[in-house]
Amino acid sequence: MLTARQRLVALSGGGLVLAALFLFVGLAIARLVALGGWAAALAVVTDRYILGVLQFTLFQASLSTALSILFAIPVARALARQRHFAGRIWLVRLLAVPMGLPALIGALGLIAVWGRQGIANQGLSFLGLSEPVSIYGLTGILIAHVFFNMPLACRFLLIGLERIPGEYWLMSASLGLRGRDVFRFIEWPVMRRILPGVAGLIFMLCATSFTLVLTLGGGPKATTLEVAIYQALRFDFEPPRAIGLALMQIAVTAVILAVIALLPAPEDRGLTLGKPVRRLDAGRAGARLADTVAIGVMLVFTALPLIAVLVAGLRSDLMKLVAEPIVHEAALTSLVLSLSAGLIAVVSALAIVHAQQAAAGGGLLLRGFSLALAASSALVLLVPPIVLATGWFLMLLPTGDVGAFAAPLVAAINAAMALPFVVRLVGPAFREHRIRTGRLAASLGLSGWARLRLIDWPGLRKPLLMGLSFAMALSLGDLGAVALFGSDNLMTLPWLVYSRMGNYRTADADGLALLLGLICLALTVAGTLPRAETPEEDRNR
Amino acid sequence: MTAIRLENVALTLGDKHFFFDTEIASGAITAVTGASGSGKSTLLNLIAGFETPDKAFPGKMGTGFPFGNATKSSMGRILVDGKDISRLHPAERPVSLVFQDNNLFGHLDLLTNIGLGISPSLKLSAADRDRISAALTRVGLGGFEKRLPPTLSGGERQRAAFARALVRNRPLLLLDEPFAALDPGLRGAMAALLCDLHRESGNTVLIVTHDPDEVARLADHALFIEDGRILVAAPVAEFLQRRDSPGLAAFLGANPA
Amino acid sequence: MPSHIIRNLVSAAALSAAALLGLHGPASAADKTLTVYTYESFISEWGPGPKVKAAFEKTCGCTVNFVGVADGVALLSRLKLEGAGSKADVVLGLDTNLIDEAKQTGLFDASGVDTSAAKVPGDFKDDVFVPYDYGHFAVVYDTQAMKTPPASLKDLVEGDPAQKIVIEDPRTSTPGLGLLLWVKSVYGDKAGEAWGKLKKRVLTVTPGWSEAYGLFTKGEAPMVLSYTTSPAYHMVAENSDRYQAAAFSEGHYIQIEVSGLLKNAPEKQLARDFLAFTLTPGFQDTIPTNNWMMPVAKTSEPLPDAFGKLVNPEKTFLMSPEEVAKNRKAWIDEWLAAMSMN
Repeated sequence: MLTARQRLVALSGGGLVLAALFLFVGLAIARLVALGGWAAALAVVTDRYILGVLQFTLFQASLSTALSILFAIPVARALARQRHFAGRIWLVRLLAVPMGLPALIGALGLIAVWGRQGIANQGLSFLGLSEPVSIYGLTGILIAHVFFNMPLACRFLLIGLERIPGEYWLMSASLGLRGRDVFRFIEWPVMRRILPGVAGLIFMLCATSFTLVLTLGGGPKATTLEVAIYQALRFDFEPPRAIGLALMQIAVTAVILAVIALLPAPEDRGLTLGKPVRRLDAGRAGARLADTVAIGVMLVFTALPLIAVLVAGLRSDLMKLVAEPIVHEAALTSLVLSLSAGLIAVVSALAIVHAQQAAAGGGLLLRGFSLALAASSALVLLVPPIVLATGWFLMLLPTGDVGAFAAPLVAAINAAMALPFVVRLVGPAFREHRIRTGRLAASLGLSGWARLRLIDWPGLRKPLLMGLSFAMALSLGDLGAVALFGSDNLMTLPWLVYSRMGNYRTADADGLALLLGLICLALTVAGTLPRAETPEEDRNR
Repeated sequence: MTAIRLENVALTLGDKHFFFDTEIASGAITAVTGASGSGKSTLLNLIAGFETPDKAFPGKMGTGFPFGNATKSSMGRILVDGKDISRLHPAERPVSLVFQDNNLFGHLDLLTNIGLGISPSLKLSAADRDRISAALTRVGLGGFEKRLPPTLSGGERQRAAFARALVRNRPLLLLDEPFAALDPGLRGAMAALLCDLHRESGNTVLIVTHDPDEVARLADHALFIEDGRILVAAPVAEFLQRRDSPGLAAFLGANPA
Repeated sequence: MPSHIIRNLVSAAALSAAALLGLHGPASAADKTLTVYTYESFISEWGPGPKVKAAFEKTCGCTVNFVGVADGVALLSRLKLEGAGSKADVVLGLDTNLIDEAKQTGLFDASGVDTSAAKVPGDFKDDVFVPYDYGHFAVVYDTQAMKTPPASLKDLVEGDPAQKIVIEDPRTSTPGLGLLLWVKSVYGDKAGEAWGKLKKRVLTVTPGWSEAYGLFTKGEAPMVLSYTTSPAYHMVAENSDRYQAAAFSEGHYIQIEVSGLLKNAPEKQLARDFLAFTLTPGFQDTIPTNNWMMPVAKTSEPLPDAFGKLVNPEKTFLMSPEEVAKNRKAWIDEWLAAMSMN
């Protein structure tokens, strides 16, 4: 439903983003390789230590991904089925908070629950167990990765489940489908369509995990490639080796993602808007019990560490912290940076899905283009921020004032890291929106700004805002990219948290972490405002 | 003989009140008409079991709510052939449903979609499969067993929905604007198919429609609902002559034909 | 309030654009500027930075411009990235283990500063780098969780595995490397075996000091690898003597922080003045209660009482920077092998 010109504009938009992405990553890598040549970079594939690290990286990432998803499925199912209970929207919002926390803060929150002195062990000792159960090791890594990623999977699954038309539920009730039939015939097909993408994202996040793996891993047996990359770039200063490791990380993960992508999944055909959703199966005793358990377990698992962060934060001198100019500065810098990153990510994601839409049904070339868009917008997550930052630092050195580029560069790096998430969030909504409005808009001859303002913005506002808040939360908690440039240029909140921790001021750090969590929650609230109930819905509720 | 009887059935949704007390003729096609939001779908939802009648009447006086002769029983009932079904789960009611859209699960082929009408866990015998194929052939979709709904036209999807109703073989068929999304030309053919199927099975059909021509062409009886209650219930010839309210006049045209 | 930040960000963006277009603003005609690269916590508002800046600017007729990066290692990386074109005059915050690598870059020049005023245990002397503070690595323990702390490294290695310690990773942090060298200094060829035993007491190995100390103060482990000066913070700033350092009979490994001036320093004389200044009370006064390390030279006032209560190691271990640089990889491999065994 696009004119030739619209199609061209859409395709070139996607091409532009693709080119920018390639240049952004490629130039950084090329600049670093130039320091020592490919031979040094490629030597990593024969390094036995590295191969061991690679093995562990993949092992823990696979396990973390599987557990996150297995946990998320019943929770998302329960939240989709139980649509009306007090606090449901806050529960959904809660799912967004872990993502915005710096890894170290999340780890400390988890330790307050699962650590040797944590709530879990205190409970056990109350039951008469004298030796504390230790989570340090694979267990700790898995708990942490599930804590950070199960909510992510849950959100994506929930979005998918909530797009199922209302008639399906009425029909399934009328046909007498029981819980397991509903799962088999309705819920699972929808989840199966979403899971490969989500699993890919989670796998990449877990594979590139650093602080969590080291802090909770109990020893150097638990080492990821990201640790080796950091070591190579920062401690040993062997940039080509770092690049070799980064490329290894990208290549191996790309293979795994390709395999995941090849798993048969029903196509997303863009469902038409149906009747409002009424879940008659929500009240059944079995469903109620299963859902209460799933939501309860999720709540305890996710909320307890967050409560620990909250309690620790409240113990700090919050009033004093909030009055500090440097905290204002850091908060504002963080917000401006994450807003820039979020906007770049959302606009790029829109360009990508728009181009994919325009390329759909085209020839081999267009299909290849579409695939390249999908692959590059996903794999960018695997490029370690420290590699991008270091490469660009070197690139910009000749300008004489690298510091001046710190802000835009950090925003760009964060945007690139958020892009895969935003594409997954905005993509389905965009396709659905275009199916719904494409013909009408085309027949009315609406295009350009008018179409954007009158049709696209109202229809896509919700997913776009959600994508923006998602991307912002993600870059809010990020520490990595800023580290190289130094605090004289950019002082962000996570940086301030680390800085205070590095100076014995743990109470301050706890307080700042709480602020960070609250900002994250506020962003999520903005991204998930309850939709205005339409009269139609009102009538049928 | 009365197939469906709604006795003092009251329902409150938000600030809307509905009250139905009527009989629907057995073995006939009854058209349900009325303006948007008047309660047509709600009537079907009550019969299908998606809504449960209020346990007691809302006691507020002065709301203009029609109490009817509710002194004997404080609770509305829905009877089908004398049996109270108002507390039954939708699946236990003698009802098949066809909506305007999304009647078929988009990712399941027609065999599965229709098979679910026989067994909710899809345990199908060879005989069941034959019945499904026969039903598909009957609605003009012979050989479409493996097709996915998105590959079908709107009319074909509604035919498949009829095929499912056929294999379910329930005495009551509820249709909620089943042809509203179809081209006018197609509507006539679909209406004819519905009439044929109805004649063959002798089932009771309740069809919500916005189209007075459809009422004239299909229905034996017709209801007009206004503000949550039934204003007119009459055989179709009489119905078409009624002009009880401006709303009904607007629906049928200013002057009786 | 923070409108200046927006201005900064905007001007940063504008500058980026200008730089991309090859435009350069007119050089500012302000007075001389001394650019000092250091680590972030040095220049944070509770660190020594602000006081040092004020004190030096009083005498130099210049502006001190601090550039802070994450830590000493990042400092060296940054220098290597910038090479001869670096705008830094002074680099402050490398430690003795990084000195050899720093010299290999060929970016540093002899300090020309008389360091006789600097008194560092272990008799560190260098003509390029000037020491400005030091601290001994130590096992800090929680007196509420541990009544009898280990009295020696041997005690630590062979003690009750149920009493855990959190240590840092030598691959990613300087304290981690410090412990590695400490164990090597005491155990020599038997270091691998010692790690094999100590492994049972190690709760976890964190990427940096902050994570380790965070776990420790949250009560996860009764011991952490930190500095002899760590208890001073708790005594002075929190008025608490709960956390104490354990004195080890073999001795303690030392970390000495140094500064140096760059060959291509735009303001070389100013840089030299600054290095000399680091050994005066104006600088040294800020070290104990802002950097929480030991001063190397005279302070104008005696140290707070808390510092008198700190562990004062009888013997100090310090390997030559060359030896560390030569063996670091092999020793880390040894550590990896020992720590990864089941």
